[in-house]
This record gives sequence, structure tokens and C-alpha cells, in this order.
Amino acid sequence: MSPEAAGLEVSGLSIDIGGRRVVDDLSFSVATGERLGLIGESGSGKSLSILSLVGLAPADAVVAGSVRLDGRELVGLSERELARVRGRQIGMVFQDPLAALNPLHTIGRQIGEPLRLHEGLSRRDALERAVDAAAEVGLPDPAQITRLYPHQLSGGQRQRVGIAIALACRPALILADEPTTALDVTTQAAILDLFQRLVDERGASLVFVTHDLAVLARITSDVVVLSHGRAVERGTVDGILRGAEHPVTQGLVAAARATTWRAS
Amino acid sequence: MTKHSWAQELLRRPAGVAAAAWIVLLVVAAVVSSVWTPHDPFDTDPYSAWQTPSLNHLFGTDGIGRDIFSYVFAATRTTVVVAALAGVLASLVGIGLAALGSLTARWVRESTAVLIDILIAFPTILIAMLLSSILGGSLGVVITAVGIGYGVNIARVSRGEIRRVGRTDYVLAARASGVGSAGVLGRHILPNVAPVFVVQLSLAMATSILAEAGLSYLGYGASASTASWGRLLNDLQVYIAIHPGSVVWPGAAITLTVLAFNLLGDALRDATDPRLRARRATSEAIA
Ligand SMILES: Nc1ncnc2c1ncn2[C@@H]1O[C@H](COP(=O)(O)OP(=O)(O)O)[C@@H](O)[C@H]1O
Ligand SMILES: [Mg+2]
Repeated sequence: MSPEAAGLEVSGLSIDIGGRRVVDDLSFSVATGERLGLIGESGSGKSLSILSLVGLAPADAVVAGSVRLDGRELVGLSERELARVRGRQIGMVFQDPLAALNPLHTIGRQIGEPLRLHEGLSRRDALERAVDAAAEVGLPDPAQITRLYPHQLSGGQRQRVGIAIALACRPALILADEPTTALDVTTQAAILDLFQRLVDERGASLVFVTHDLAVLARITSDVVVLSHGRAVERGTVDGILRGAEHPVTQGLVAAARATTWRAS
Repeated sequence: MTKHSWAQELLRRPAGVAAAAWIVLLVVAAVVSSVWTPHDPFDTDPYSAWQTPSLNHLFGTDGIGRDIFSYVFAATRTTVVVAALAGVLASLVGIGLAALGSLTARWVRESTAVLIDILIAFPTILIAMLLSSILGGSLGVVITAVGIGYGVNIARVSRGEIRRVGRTDYVLAARASGVGSAGVLGRHILPNVAPVFVVQLSLAMATSILAEAGLSYLGYGASASTASWGRLLNDLQVYIAIHPGSVVWPGAAITLTVLAFNLLGDALRDATDPRLRARRATSEAIA
């Protein structure tokens, strides 16, 4: 992909924390409208990698390498410049939807926050848009639910709110960090369907992080396998299922087969 | 449950309403007593010592014939001024140190943490004794001692809370939505720290009233020309075996006021947190 190409291009991304290299020379790219899965065991550096794409790695992390969005370099941008990218060009969905919502703010206010920031909407207009956004992610009784607080929603509803927030400003790229891991199996399926539909409708790019190959198979076919901060294998989900080369990938395949058997 | 302002929520809590009413009453009494009291609170009259409560002397009189009601009434001003100023000073010290200890460059943060730990080792009473040995006993000493002593407490608790909230996912998520550092602090961190702060502040104000009473009792606080519940308690407790009824008045005034500050702090915390509101609503539904 040339530097001017539309989409996300990550090259040579390395992250050190306290002298320890937790992500090492990671490269991948996602063209506009494409999807990529980032898979690896717990602690392999998935969260740190995608957080650092938008400058959200912890303060004591040293990030090197290049992250380009539609040709524009994001590494080294000022906090102010990054704030204009976050939520507007790149939306993020988190793993634990309850923890990722402010307990003191209503659902409507939280969905409306990026809209107020990036589109300069008034409180009232943002709330109106939030109700529409809530409807779009399939929340029941949107006008009422936007007045509730996070603790009053179910786990699946909370993650729908998380998705509504990430998509509020129609970003071209969505980063999802294990968005279904905290949910039960039935809810997981519904949320994955929602993801599929919305990302398709918007023509957005998606980086989907998970430790579960069975989940990934429902979302995307292109996959990068991460182990100890390194990309150890790349390919398609089908290819990996047919014959994984790296032992870590073989482990992930075995785990996915086991859950699929249990589920069926 | 729909959205209510925290003030509306507070008014739905009986304990909160009672506590707030008591404190409003105190403030009104403080204002009224500075222009009018039934009798001069310092007027002695040996011929009317130890009178039992009557219409003329609602709380009776003490051993030198002072009208106890007028004295307790006049002393509300001392209480209100001490609680208010100690509260303001404790907030300034607490917020200032907490901010320095959590939002600044690493070396400032860590030095502040050490400073807080050192200051916390000095009990309020010791600060008061140190100050009064230099400056002489006065209400200013009480206010300064409680303000610093409790301010440091507030700083320690608030600093920990700011750091905890700063590391939550919802702060990370807010930043991922494009919220800048001022917005993160003002809309996400501080409101989530506020409940802890409010409870600590109410404790500081309650403590300031106890400390004023205690220090005045020990002679480090209000001068003899200032009416003070602690001083009156000291004067009356000598005769507790003979005239137990009279000690009740300043004692009850102190107890009720300290209780009111504690209850108001808890009620405010509950009223500002939607999760605690829900818990209350649930327990009401069960009851
Ligand atoms: N704030 C941090 N400070 C120090 N080390 C961290 C921090 N966050 C993550 N790590 C370390 O970085 C590695 C990768 O973590 P993470 O990206 O969260 O993994 P994953 O999301 O794949 O489970 C882990 O070894 C973890 O211990
Ligand atoms: Mg993770």
C-alpha cells in the first residue's frame, strides 16, 4: 500500500514499557472498507497495540514506528491533534462495556458526547442524535433508554451503547478490543451480527481484536496472529483452520474447535 | 427512574432533609443571634443562678445566672463560622494537594505524596497546640489546625481516588471519543471523585465543631468573650452531679450538629450517585 492509499497502515510498531518490549515490530494494513482480525492469547499485546494506534498507550509506554491513516502519520501528533482524530476518524469499542461507561452519565449523554465534541452539537441536538443512534444499534425504547444510567442496562445493551458511541460520528475506521468477550454466548452472537451489519452499512474499516478464532471467523477472514508482541502468522481464517504453522496458532485453532463442539 | 437533580434527590431522603434543615436552622440562628438574643448571653445575675427552664429562661440559667438559651443561641455563630471557614480551608488544602499529587509531573506528584504522608502523621490536636503555643489560643488557631489537619486527610483520600478514576476504562473510553484533558478532568474524573470528597468534607466540618468544642474546653480555642458550646460545656460539667439538666443543652447542640454534618455528607453522596439512588429505591420497594 502506498503512503497515500486510503485506510490504515501500521509499520514497525514497537512498544516498550519499563524497559520491557511488549510489542515488537508489528506491521499490518487495512484498506478502506476491509476488515482485519488481530488474534492472540491473553497478554500477547493486542490491547496495547490498538490503543497505541490512537496514542492511548499508558503514559510510561514508549511507542515507536509508524501509524498512517489515509496517508497521515499519527505517531508523534500532539494530544490536541489526536483528540480530533479519536472518535471522529477512529472509533473504539472496549472489552468490558460496563467499565467503559461513566457511571454518573446517562446513556444519551454518553452517546452524545463525541457528537458535541466533533460536530459542535448543542446538548439538545446531541441527545436527539443519540436517540437515533440508540435505535440504530437495536436498543429497545431508545427515547427512554437514553435517559437511563449504565447500571440499569443488561450486558448486551451496554455493549450496544459502546458501539453507538464508537460509531456516533461515522468514523472511517473502527477498532474493537474483544467487544464480545465479556458477554454470554447468545448475546455474543447478536452483537457480532450487529457489528457485521453496521460496519457493512457504513463502509468502514475494522480492526477486530479477539483471542477466540470462532468469534473472529464470523467477522472477518484476514487475520494476524500475535504472540508475545510479535506477529507470528498471517493469513485467512480458513487457511489457518486448514493448517496452522505456528504452535500458538495451533493452540488457538484447538481452543476454537473445542468451543464450537461445546456450542453444537 | 428518570433523571433528577441532586438537590431533588437529596430532598427525597428523610435523613438528608433533617440534617440540611438543622444546618439551615443553625445558620439562621447565627445571623439572628448577632443582632438579637432574648438575654445578653454574658449577663451574670447571682440572684437567678441555676434556674430550671421557664418561659423567661428556656434552657434555665447557669451558676452565675447566665441565660443558657441565649448563650447556646449566640454560640451558633462561633460554630457556623468555624465549620464554614475550616471547611473552606480544608477544601483548599485538600484539593490543592490532591491536584499536585495526581495531575502534575512525576517528581512533583511523588514529592507531594511524601509531604502528605508526613503531614498526616501530625494529629489535628498537635497542630492546634503548636499553633496556640506560638499565637495564643483563638478560633483562628482552631480553624487553621482543622483546616490543615483535615485538609491533608482530604488530600490523601482524594488523591488516591483521582488516580483510581484516572485509570478506569471509562476515562480511557472518553479519551478514545476525543475528549481533551480538561474535559476528562472536569466531566469524568472530578464528578466521580466528588462523592468521596463530599463525605470527607462533611467529616472535616463535623470534626471542626468537635475540635472547637474540645480545644475551647482545653483553653486553646475561643476566648472568654466568645460564646462557645465547648466552653459552656466545660463551665457546666463541673456541676454535672448537682445540675445534670443544664449540661444537656450544649451537649445536645454539639451532638446534633456533628450528626447533621455526617448525615448530610452521606445523603449528598447517595444523591449524586445514580447507583446508590437505585439501591435506595430498591430497598424502599422491599420495605
Ligand atoms: N500499563 C501497563 N504497564 C505495564 N505493562 C503493561 C501495561 N499494560 C499491559 N502491559 C503488559 O503488556 C503486555 C501486553 O498486554 P495487553 O496488550 O493488555 O495484552 P492483551 O490485550 O493481548 O491481553 C502484557 O504482558 C502486560 O502485562
Ligand atoms: Mg486485552
